[in-house]
Amino acid sequence: MKAFRILAAGLAGLSLAAMAHAEGGAAAHPHEPEGGWSFDGITGQFDMPSVQRGYQVYREVCASCHSMKLMSYRNLGEPGGPFYDADYPNANDNPFVKALAADVEILSPTPNDIGEYDFRPATPADTFRSPYANENAARAANNGAAPPDLSVIVKARHGGASYVYSLLSGYPSDEAIGTREVTPAQVTTPASDNGTPDDPTDDVAEVSTPAVTQTVIDMSEVHLPGHKAADGDAGVLVQPAGQYYNPYMAGDTTPQYEGDPRHAPAGGFLAMGPQLPPGRVTFNDGTEATTEQMSHDVAQFLAWASEPKQTNRKSLGLPVMIYLGILTILLWFSYKRIWRKVEH
Amino acid sequence: MSGHESSYTPKTGFEKWLDTRLPIIRFANDTAISFPTPKNLNYWYTFGGILAICLVVQILTGVILAMHYEASIDGAFASVERIMRDVPYGWLLRYIHSNGASMFFFAVYIHMFRGLYYGSYKAPREVLWILGCVIFLLMIATAFLGYMLPWGQMSYHGANVITSLFGAIPLVGESLQTWILGGPSIGNQTLQRFFSLHYLLPFMIAAVVILHVWALHVPGNNNPTGVEVQDVEKDTVPFHPYYTVKDAFAIGLFLMLFAAFVFYAPNALGHADQAIEANPLVTPAHIVPEWYMLPFYAILRAITFDIGPIPAKLLGVIAMFAAIAILFVLPWLDTSKVKSMRYRPVARQLFFGFVVVCIGLGWCGAKAPDAPVIPALQGEKVLVVSYTENGQEATSEYKGGHDAYVDAKRFMESLPPESTPSLAAVAPKTFQFSQLSLILTILYFGYFFILFFVGLTEKTKELPESIHKSVLKRHKASTATAVPAE
Repeated sequence: MKAFRILAAGLAGLSLAAMAHAEGGAAAHPHEPEGGWSFDGITGQFDMPSVQRGYQVYREVCASCHSMKLMSYRNLGEPGGPFYDADYPNANDNPFVKALAADVEILSPTPNDIGEYDFRPATPADTFRSPYANENAARAANNGAAPPDLSVIVKARHGGASYVYSLLSGYPSDEAIGTREVTPAQVTTPASDNGTPDDPTDDVAEVSTPAVTQTVIDMSEVHLPGHKAADGDAGVLVQPAGQYYNPYMAGDTTPQYEGDPRHAPAGGFLAMGPQLPPGRVTFNDGTEATTEQMSHDVAQFLAWASEPKQTNRKSLGLPVMIYLGILTILLWFSYKRIWRKVEH
Repeated sequence: MSGHESSYTPKTGFEKWLDTRLPIIRFANDTAISFPTPKNLNYWYTFGGILAICLVVQILTGVILAMHYEASIDGAFASVERIMRDVPYGWLLRYIHSNGASMFFFAVYIHMFRGLYYGSYKAPREVLWILGCVIFLLMIATAFLGYMLPWGQMSYHGANVITSLFGAIPLVGESLQTWILGGPSIGNQTLQRFFSLHYLLPFMIAAVVILHVWALHVPGNNNPTGVEVQDVEKDTVPFHPYYTVKDAFAIGLFLMLFAAFVFYAPNALGHADQAIEANPLVTPAHIVPEWYMLPFYAILRAITFDIGPIPAKLLGVIAMFAAIAILFVLPWLDTSKVKSMRYRPVARQLFFGFVVVCIGLGWCGAKAPDAPVIPALQGEKVLVVSYTENGQEATSEYKGGHDAYVDAKRFMESLPPESTPSLAAVAPKTFQFSQLSLILTILYFGYFFILFFVGLTEKTKELPESIHKSVLKRHKASTATAVPAE
């Protein structure tokens, strides 16, 4: 039928348009955890125990540097949230959520009776506590790079939850990381010569710097799923001070790569080092806290936080599509009937 | 056919009373019920009705979103997320509105290509066509203004790119840009005026749509044969119920496509950077507009060279605006007397080429200008050692596999340290998107000029005598071929 041909052409066009934006940088392509994401697909739902564990990882690890300004504690107890309890339709009454909030001390956003701002335990209505007072404080405490807010991080990155998962679990293994001492060559700086030969302080034309310890990554030890292993001629990557290599980070490794620049490794450097070594948190439900497990759970939690209504959206989608489908079929028969006597 | 005889007879006393004072029921009856419409309109003609639905959906959802939106640089981003989280069904409203913009443009492009194919811009429908172009222009402006409102990274930096275009205009450019932004750079005042105008323009669109429908009803619909209605009895059917039901069916299909995006892929047509709050200090690696602006964005970037005193940037701006402006004069550029491409074998092929060119421009707009069009053809990168020799810059190139690297390394070690050798991998020159953009831009404008000459010389096919006859002939042909199959 002609109308479907038009529709199919439109769909193809729009999917082309959607793909046009998926511009890949030099970073490795993020991959799903084994078994995929439970919230993928048109009937996907969040794996609630995983979101709960993910909240624990956020709270015990991430929250010391990353804010989530768009989230309130009450969100955790709302329908679709990880600690929703049907006995407490109003999340502000949920005792578990109240207890979670009360564990955190915040600077009250509103003044007290005498106009001062107190520190007090948070209530479910409060937003998540931010680790830093403002962005400048965040930047100053983190080597000049303010940790991004995580409220909508899964929507804000190409690859979404898979990106978060891949990044957190994708740092090079310990075998790949080594150190070496480098004595920089003596540097002659004409600028330090003030041109007065009699001045005893002037003879600093030759400045020698002490040996520095560099962290180097042996690329032959870095294995990426879905990428072929580096061959024998893989070089080493020198990490800039205070920076960490991650194959999933967007960036350019060429300036730091000692080896054939045509094969500079994928990825880039970021100010956050690996945060989730095995056993970093102790899960209450007995799940073993491997790096992959914690990365998976926190990515699932962040996916929920980025779009808490996505399960509502998907479950409303099906009845809407069925309704529209039936309506369209009825309209098709109406059309056929009304036009049956008209040659056209 | 505004001249068609009114078939309305007031029945009740009230209707008779009203009919002699404000004949609004008569007007509605004559335009939307009894209006004689050619009987051979195909599905491509249903997009007019679809577009009306799109406009209504955008205005309804937009008005409600505006109740919750906060037009301030400190609150805009958070207020949009609050709509998604805390407003009952706010996520639905916002996703309908943001995907609705894409659906609106998808439908309007089909509507426009349909007009181009069946020659709907030709006499006596020039004003109808021009009003449509005005609507398209207003739609682009509205979409651009609306894209600013979520205050994401692409909002800010996209708006920066587009408003700086006005700065390229000689003499008045800088003042004009400042006037538009309300200051030297994008700030709170810019966001507030963009919000105000984003609320205003859709109602202007609605007003021009009324004129568009009026201008449609004077000469009546064009049709796939391009032959005008001769006998109202034989050639036409009343709009209702024939076209209301056909349009409704098409709208049903369209809404299914729309709903599929809203419910299952609401962010597929958007950009991830829009989920990062605007930060003037961090520029995204690739600034790209929404997909429906990509072809024009490609034309804007296609010109990378100055012509005489005119700088490349201004040429790009001129080309982009000309790409839309040329549509306004199309009725006089196309010289052919035959409307429908069905009977214009040469122009028909050119039309399909034009569609490919437009899609190609969209592809160019999405890519970085220096990216290779066909990465497979680019070939291996070359190793280049740069060094200084006797105060002169020098380079040495190495091609090949691992051996080339070993050779380059050995050569670097053989150089004295004061020659400061450095090694880089350089991609060989290849066919880039900036070059493809330029070619496609020339072809885009070329289409309209070739149409001028083709119209003068083309040998067209024989036109049917009337809509009625063409329908009968097709009917006979299809039943004749159907017989042996049975």
